[in-house]
This record gives sequence, structure tokens and C-alpha cells, in this order.
Amino acid sequence: MLRLVNLELQKLLLNRASRVLIFISFVLPFTVLILSSIKINFFGFFTLELGELGIFNFPIIWHITTFFASYFKLFFAIVVVSMIGNEYSNKTIKQNLIDGLSKKEFILSKFYTIVFFSFLATVLIGLGSFFIGLYYSSYTEASIIFRETEFLLAYFLKLVGFFSLCLFFGMLVKRSAFALAFLFILYIFEWIIFWIVTEASGMDIAWKVKNFLPLESMYKLIDQPFQRVLMTKYPEKIDMAYDYAVHWYEIVIVLGWTALFVFLSYRLLKNRDL
Amino acid sequence: METILTINNLTKKFGYLTAVKDLSFTINKGNVYGILGPNGSGKSTTLGIVLNVVNKTSGDFSWFNGQISTHEALKKVGAIIENPNFYPYMTAYQNLKLVCKIKGVDYGKINEKLSIVGLLERKDSKFSNYSLGMKQRLAIASALLNDPEILILDEPTNGLDPQGIHQIRTLIKQIASEGTTILLASHLLDEVEKVCSHVVVLRKGEKLYSGRVDEMISSHGFFELKSAQHKDLVSFLKNNPDFISVKEEGELFTAFLNEPMDASTFNKLMFDRGIILSHLVKRKESLEEQFLKLTDKT
Repeated sequence: MLRLVNLELQKLLLNRASRVLIFISFVLPFTVLILSSIKINFFGFFTLELGELGIFNFPIIWHITTFFASYFKLFFAIVVVSMIGNEYSNKTIKQNLIDGLSKKEFILSKFYTIVFFSFLATVLIGLGSFFIGLYYSSYTEASIIFRETEFLLAYFLKLVGFFSLCLFFGMLVKRSAFALAFLFILYIFEWIIFWIVTEASGMDIAWKVKNFLPLESMYKLIDQPFQRVLMTKYPEKIDMAYDYAVHWYEIVIVLGWTALFVFLSYRLLKNRDL
Repeated sequence: METILTINNLTKKFGYLTAVKDLSFTINKGNVYGILGPNGSGKSTTLGIVLNVVNKTSGDFSWFNGQISTHEALKKVGAIIENPNFYPYMTAYQNLKLVCKIKGVDYGKINEKLSIVGLLERKDSKFSNYSLGMKQRLAIASALLNDPEILILDEPTNGLDPQGIHQIRTLIKQIASEGTTILLASHLLDEVEKVCSHVVVLRKGEKLYSGRVDEMISSHGFFELKSAQHKDLVSFLKNNPDFISVKEEGELFTAFLNEPMDASTFNKLMFDRGIILSHLVKRKESLEEQFLKLTDKT
């Protein structure tokens, strides 16, 4: 396993384009997180300090940082599709197989790398949130700090799932740009299904169906936190209450898609003549 | 003799096109094999199948008597197919390092193999800056990294200039002389004739011949003759069972032998008959003529 990650890391880190993208995908969310945590003074007119809104309190900070950080996954998604696209355009995938890498190892080396980077991203966001939380939070008891850390698990799975989807699209169309276009098409496609089911049997069932689709199920792992922030401000408004927790069935759906995408990538490669 | 690769009834279909049809042959250790065939005869497809990049339709093949899986076996094989494929943004050294990681070879081999192909000074140049000849030589260095049991080369001199071709051929001969088994696919006959001891001839995916090169050129050769005594010569040749056929092209007669006979015996025979030859050359058919004869049959 280490050998396979090592292989892929060499391919990625020696390539300037992917090195830059990896750097961006890690540093940018971190910078945003830190910038948002400091007090910004707008030329003496007013000061903006997001920390005062209470969003950096434990445990809500886990929810907020993971939600916003997951938007930066798109940068690494480009790396994932290009690491497949490059292998095809340079024909190095063929040479790798001839040199004695099995097709299974080839897919696994990509998948392990995805897991590796997702894990790294989770650890970084976890540490960042932890220290900012310690600084701002009014509560610092361990039981409160580590409550809702399942959002970190959700973040990790969301990344792994999304990148596995990118891996599959990359293997399917062999070209990075088309693979990214496919992501967008899938997004529209999920809304079309939503619309069809709404027409047929109503909005409630349509949402239930959409929750099973790949992109929506990954999004659903970490629900939007805005409503929750408002809820903390106006606790008397009960109609605002919603279910934002990470549920086991949401995790199972995403794990299912992840497994399916990795398996399909392998099947595609296995049946393909290079 | 130790068997390296066995192919049994291998067939590959691309849709309605049959690229390889019921092909069987065996590669033994220590020989230099050539796969000959016109373009599109299934050479590359056959190599692609045994190298795990093309899926077979039916039949089977086994490496090293089938004791290990194909991808494990490929770690003991060095192969170059068509164009050299490397990561353009890595240097030669980095590319070979990657191959070492795949094959599980010590990095120490890299400099050794680069110096064999004469690229040691350029090892820190990016692959994308290499000329085609250098790329091809790097591919050979990469194939040699694991000190392979067998070296597979598919059209290694394709697209190279005369110097490049000469360099690659010298390299191949040098490697062969060290006892490495080589499988060389090519449509260049003199190339195969110069380096190979055994040959497999393919046409449209079918095997036409497999065996030693010198046995393929199995005829006993022919005489090219000129003489002022046309009629005597023709009647003698036609009535002699030692000759299969006689061809007449202007002044020049070509007599194909049925039995081995050397030129001096023939000359004496002629002289005894009172036929004076003004021109006598004994020749053997080249691989090229033999190959064209084989592949022209439809």
C-alpha cells in the first residue's frame, strides 16, 4: 500500500500544475479560516469579527468549518481527473502495466492517494478548527469540545466519495476537461430527476430520491449551517428547527457510492484494450 | 530447455476484425526471436496480450510455465511497445526511478543502465527535451532495469534516423550476446535476419511459419549462369533432376537447386559436358525473398 501511494505521490509532486493545485486546495481553505477568525477593521468605520457571531464556539465550529472547507474540494478534484487524464494522454498507463503494475494496483494507487489527501485535509481542518475554537469558544470543557466531531468524519467521507466519483469520470472519459464537464452534467441530471419525481409524486418523495443520488448524498453529509446559526440567535423560533446531524444512513449511502465508483473504475480498466 | 513464454491458440477479435487468429508458439530461454509480418498482421496485438494491456478473446498464454501471475511475471520482463512512453515533466532519472518502484528494483541500477545506452550525461534533462533516438534508448534502459529474463521490443527502430537505427541495433546485438532472450517484432527483414536465430512469421493474424531462421531459408540456393551455348545449357538443366526449375532473363539463367551442390562441382560438370560458362554465381535466397514468398500466398 505504501509503495502504491509512494508511486502516485512521485507522479503528482513532480508535476508543477498538480503541485500548485494541491497547494491551493490545502492552503486556501486554511487561509480563509484564519482570515475569518481575525478581527478585520474597515478603515475605522466598523470592525468585523466573525468570532463574535458565535460561529467559532464549540461544538458548532466543527459544523461550520467542515461545511465551508468542503467547497475547496474542487481544486483537488482537478488534480484527480488530471492524474487519470495525463496517464492516458502520455500513454504512461500502458507503460505502467507493461512494467508490471497490475490493473488493480493501478486503480488502488489512485484510490489510496485520494484517501491519503482526504485524510490530510481532514487533519488540517480538524487542527485548525480546534485551535481557533479554543481561542474563541466560551466553552472549553472536553465534553463540549469533542461533541459533534463526527462532522470531521463526514468531511473525510465526503472528500473520499467525491474524489472517487472524479476518479470514475476520469477513467470513463480519459480526458480531464471532459471529466469535469461530466461532474456538472451529473449535477444537472440530479436536478432533472428531482423535477421528474416531483411532477410524478410530489416534493417530499423527490427529496428522498435525490438524497440517494451521488452528489446530493455527499452534500447531505454536512447540512448547511446557516439556519443553525440563526437558531442559536433566535432560540424561540421553533419553526426554524431542522435536522442537521450526520446520520449513519447518510454515511452508508456515500460509502456505497464510493465503493461502486472505485469498483466501476477497475472494471472499466480491466475490460479496456489500451 | 527452459520455457519463458507459451502461447496456445490465442485469438483476438476487434469487433468483426480478427487481429490474431489461433496463434501458438513457444519462447525458450537463450534464443533471439523475431516476429515478422507486414503492417497490421497482429504483431503488436500479440505482444499487447502477453503484456497485459490487451484483453484476449480466447486461448491462453503463460509466463515461466504459469507458476506466477502475469503482472508478477512482467516484473521479470523488459518491454518496449511502439513509442517510448514516459512522463514528459520528469527527468530521465526520475522516470527510471518510477519504473524501479513499480518493478521493485534497487535505484543503484539506474546509472548503470543509463550508461549502457549512453544517456548518463543527460540523466537530469526532462524527457520532453529528448530527441526520438534518445527517448528510444531511454526506453531500452528502462526495459533493462530489472536485468530481465526476456527483452521484448516492438519496432524499436521505427522512425529513427540511420545513426539511431545503427545505435539501437548495436545495443540489441550486445544485449543478445550477453545471453538475454530477446523477442523482436519488426517488419524490417534485414533487422530480423541480422539479429534473430528464430522467427515467427504472421500474416493477417495467422502463423505462417515458426522455427529457426536458417531453416526457413530452406532451399539449397540457386545458380546464376551465363553461357554462349544457350541450347545445350537449357536442355541439360531441364533434364537434370538436381534442378527444380530454370528461369531465363535475357542472357542470364537462374537455376534453382533441388539437391545441395557446390559451385565447383557444378562447374566441373559443365566443363565435362563441354559447356563453357562465362558467369557462375551461387546464391541463397534472402529472408526477404522467402518472406515475400510466404506472405504473398493468399
